[in-house]
Amino acid sequence: MLFGKTIAALSLTTALVMPMIGAIPAAYAETPPNMLVVAHRIDDLISLDPQEMFEFSGTDYANSVYQTLVDYDDLDFSKGFGPSIASSWEISEDGKTYTFKIAEGLKFASGNPVTAKDVEFSLRRAILLKKTPSFILTQFGFTEENLDETLVAKDDSTFVLVSDKKYAPSFVLNCMTSAIASIVDSKLVMENEVDGDLGNAWLKTNSAGSGAFKLTSWKPNESLTIEANPNFSEGVPAMKRVIIRHIPESASQRLLLEKGDVDIARNLTPEDVAGLSGNEDVKIATDMRGRIMYISMNQSDEILSNPKVVEAVKYLIDYEGMANSFLKGQYVVHQAFLPLSYLGELKDKPFKLDIEKAKALLAEAGYADGFDVEFIVRTEQDRLDIAQALQNNFAQVGINASIVQGTGKETLGKYRARDFQIYVGAWGPDYPDPQTNADTFTHNPDNSIEAKLTGKLAWRNAWAAEGFTERTEAAVQESDTAKRAEMYVQLQEDFQKEAPFAIMFQKTEQNGLGASVEGFSMGAAITGSYYGKVTK
Amino acid sequence: MSEQTELSGLKAWLSTDVPASRFQAKSIQFYLGWLKLVSNPLAFLGFLILLVLVFCAMFAPFLAPVDPLTQDLAKRLSPPGVNGYLLGSDELGRDILSRIIYGSRITLFIVTLVAVTAPVFGLLVGTFAGYLGGWIDEVLMRVTDIFLAFPKLVLALAFVAALGAGIENAILAISITAWPAYARIARAETLTIRNSDFISAVRLQGAGTLHIIVRHIWPLCLSSIIVRMTLDMAGIILTAAGLGFLGLGAQPPMPEWGAMISAGRKFILDQWWVATMPGLAIFIVSLGFNLLGDGLRDILDPKKSKS
Amino acid sequence: MTSVDITPEARRRKAASPFVRRIKRLGVVLFSILATLFGLLFVTFLIARVMPIDPVLAVVGERASNEIYEAAYKQLGLDKPLVVQFFYYVWDVITGDFGMSTLTARPVLQDIARVFPATLELATLATIIGVVLGIPAGVIAAVNEGRWQDQILRFIGLFGYSMPIFWIGLIGLLIFYGKLGWVGGPGRLDIYYVDIVPSVTGMILIDSLIVRDWTIFWNAVSHIILPASILGYYSLAYISRMTRSFMLEQLGQEYITTARVKGLSETKVIWRHALGNVMIPLITVIVLSYATLLEGSVLTEVIFAWPGLGNYITNALLSADMNAVLGGTVIVGLVFVGLNLLSDILYKFVDPRAR
Repeated sequence: MLFGKTIAALSLTTALVMPMIGAIPAAYAETPPNMLVVAHRIDDLISLDPQEMFEFSGTDYANSVYQTLVDYDDLDFSKGFGPSIASSWEISEDGKTYTFKIAEGLKFASGNPVTAKDVEFSLRRAILLKKTPSFILTQFGFTEENLDETLVAKDDSTFVLVSDKKYAPSFVLNCMTSAIASIVDSKLVMENEVDGDLGNAWLKTNSAGSGAFKLTSWKPNESLTIEANPNFSEGVPAMKRVIIRHIPESASQRLLLEKGDVDIARNLTPEDVAGLSGNEDVKIATDMRGRIMYISMNQSDEILSNPKVVEAVKYLIDYEGMANSFLKGQYVVHQAFLPLSYLGELKDKPFKLDIEKAKALLAEAGYADGFDVEFIVRTEQDRLDIAQALQNNFAQVGINASIVQGTGKETLGKYRARDFQIYVGAWGPDYPDPQTNADTFTHNPDNSIEAKLTGKLAWRNAWAAEGFTERTEAAVQESDTAKRAEMYVQLQEDFQKEAPFAIMFQKTEQNGLGASVEGFSMGAAITGSYYGKVTK
Repeated sequence: MSEQTELSGLKAWLSTDVPASRFQAKSIQFYLGWLKLVSNPLAFLGFLILLVLVFCAMFAPFLAPVDPLTQDLAKRLSPPGVNGYLLGSDELGRDILSRIIYGSRITLFIVTLVAVTAPVFGLLVGTFAGYLGGWIDEVLMRVTDIFLAFPKLVLALAFVAALGAGIENAILAISITAWPAYARIARAETLTIRNSDFISAVRLQGAGTLHIIVRHIWPLCLSSIIVRMTLDMAGIILTAAGLGFLGLGAQPPMPEWGAMISAGRKFILDQWWVATMPGLAIFIVSLGFNLLGDGLRDILDPKKSKS
Repeated sequence: MTSVDITPEARRRKAASPFVRRIKRLGVVLFSILATLFGLLFVTFLIARVMPIDPVLAVVGERASNEIYEAAYKQLGLDKPLVVQFFYYVWDVITGDFGMSTLTARPVLQDIARVFPATLELATLATIIGVVLGIPAGVIAAVNEGRWQDQILRFIGLFGYSMPIFWIGLIGLLIFYGKLGWVGGPGRLDIYYVDIVPSVTGMILIDSLIVRDWTIFWNAVSHIILPASILGYYSLAYISRMTRSFMLEQLGQEYITTARVKGLSETKVIWRHALGNVMIPLITVIVLSYATLLEGSVLTEVIFAWPGLGNYITNALLSADMNAVLGGTVIVGLVFVGLNLLSDILYKFVDPRAR
């Protein structure tokens, strides 16, 4: 029996090794000066192809790796869009034809020059691939069949875009700043094409851009590493390498930040932020984001389609109570569907918690004793807390609300199938133009179940949006900006009164930064974050 | 005085060497076990802990200071002892103590239900496979292997998904993931027992297969199964919490301990009590199970009845 | 049943030559492995289909219009009947193609080759800790049954075993990483050491030893030691308790008394004879606990940001990433079958009676 001896030997080895481990120098200094390490949840990243991706981490990545025709100044969004790959542009008399001049001397990370052909390829690619975000471009009437007339490179430095109708120019140009309008290196992508996929399979895990960085490696649920692009036209970033580590626990992120093992922690809770306040090595950056939190009521439900009930629910929400307690620092009260800072923003907050008023409204509706109702909520602590707070207030007027939680895809599946009563949801804009949210909240050209307009929130809630649909279509074609803004304000005021949506909050984001980190942009309500101008 | 004589009469009845009836014999066995339990301080501590758990569960409405669902956002995250919250308040300003007391009901429910399903089924499969051998063994063990080889969460999730979310279904799913381990242990034990002399002797006396398995093999497997079971209890409570975390277990606002931890873990660095109090509750109950199970092992073991 | 000593099975065995027997046995073993794996695949496949999570939504996201949804539905092959899907899948697996993961946009096999070594490394170290400390602890406890050594060892084991892992994990990080700085933080390496040593086995401890890079080796050790100790504590508690339980049984047996009477030293009696005889059930216990760890402990992986198999499968499951779930299940299944086979072989090696 060798076993006893083996055990004894192993025990001895362990006894010897253990103290040595304790003795290793704890040399965890700071991260190297030209390397930026970020702790972030990046499990939503499922593709790196800019013409395919749509989630938050994806937008961050596209900002860092790709350029678009026009773009924002990431450190001052109030300037509006300015030139990027396009050095200038002209809009025709009829407002349909946009002619872009491509800037000279731009190069992709591969060394290939950036030409109008690449622009043509990239935008056409978005239409041809038919991925989720393609609606951002197809709403201008581009189809597979008319690409030869609508998206055309006249020569190497001139690109022409022709829309089907006249739209507000700000709308068209805003859409050109979104991730799907990223310009990819057509030569490099086509070298890696497989079975006519326009390089989709390859680009999912590789980069072909002209932005500040290029991809080094992407290990899903582990890390995303990008390195400085030596050919970047606006100057090579100070950070030679940016590593975004997937750290799911906020408490772990905070520990890493406090120890100096990461430079930026992106998912801190308000309690973490408060806990970091005395720490001199760390500072907190706060930025308004575009995400809206709302609850919505299915209008195919008999009780919830009663306008008085809808109104009562809006008075049953403790907006301030939640925003000042468990959502503090993460959300602010906001009751209109356009995020603050958008064209046509509406700051009015007509609703507050008013149990008596809600009671009266319910009595008018014939539900003085309340009713039973079910929330579907995705398993995410913020939303569960909101749902439980709502449940508590609902109970005060006799509404007996139960909560059914599920994974994101599960609740989303029910929502899209109209199989729910009350949904606790969040919505982030896709591009920085009011149309992005108006289109989903107030536009529903066909409310029939067969129409399956599953991309639109109005349809999912079986809300016909009568009157709203036409006004939404009119607003997007208004080329007078001031007039257009006014149209959205009114649209939102009426929406607050009538729609089966109770908009509750807008997101603010608080990030922890190492004290010396400068130039980091979270992207405001406009876009994703940008690491290209960071110094430390 | 008469009470005392009655008591000593009972004592005599329980400690006689010549039991008059089957019932008396069983009672004596039980009494002897009880004496051993009391004499083992750790096991007795475990027993007391579980007694407290049962007590809490039974009298929760009387023990809890306030309603476990009442929220007070203004007093959220109060530290223990502040604002009248003995163990502090959670992220929605609910009293953690009350929630823990009510949560004991859920925990007890989970644990009892799993304990009466998974080990019993595993014992059944394992002993039959081990004793009968041949193709029956082969088939039963292949099935066991399939279930054992599943990532536990996949299996549990799938069953809950198929049956619908909720605490009962979560329990069932946990049982389904838990039984194969018992089956394997029971089989391994059976293999070492089945060729022993005393089984041969019983067989020679003409005892049937069923009789041998039920009367002679099961009692011998029981100690390993019980040790394993009590050791599993902590894991079971946590698995239930894990399912709750994925939205498939207890639904909010039910004060399930595991769900309370997972809601409180984001505060763990500053508002430590939110996750720690239910964590302590789980810890104490698990410890109780483990201590008791460890002691029971010595008591139940028929192979070493020295006394 | 007339004869007790010779069962029909034994008689049959006697008749066949050793060679034929061996071949037959090998056949049975191979068949049972294949049957297990096939059963596993089939059940997983069914499970993935009854789940209410929509795999298409995981690919197309919240905004997708119905046309895009339908296109992705077709592209994933979900419009075909279930049986057809299953057989397509099995055929692909037989030809060595586990398909693409929809979540990571790369082949499932490549993903598993990345995540499994991380889990393997952690589970192996944890099991070593559990065995090396657990068996002696169990033996000592059994020998001193009821005495203070027993009580203390039992209490230590039970104490760790009763703690919720995500709680003790976070507290451990807070103390040993945050406050004391003795160990590395979440993740497998400090970030600037990542991707320096060439990946041979995928296990950083071994890869760094191959190229003798001690800095990276010790850095990896400092990161793995905390999660491995926590997981190891759990398997230690379990192994020591089972060891104690088995040992007590053996120590009550007559042959032990005989051995003592014969004048064998107590050390020999305990560590050789008694411990030798509990090896069979003990190996089952160790193998089961190792196999459970290899499945990946999701909570540990989340807290320590450990990119392992448990996390991978769970994420895949929650997004209904079918190919990844199936691939992961097959791997876990193979590990189980393999370890069981190993424990069977070890049985025979350790216990002559079972031959």
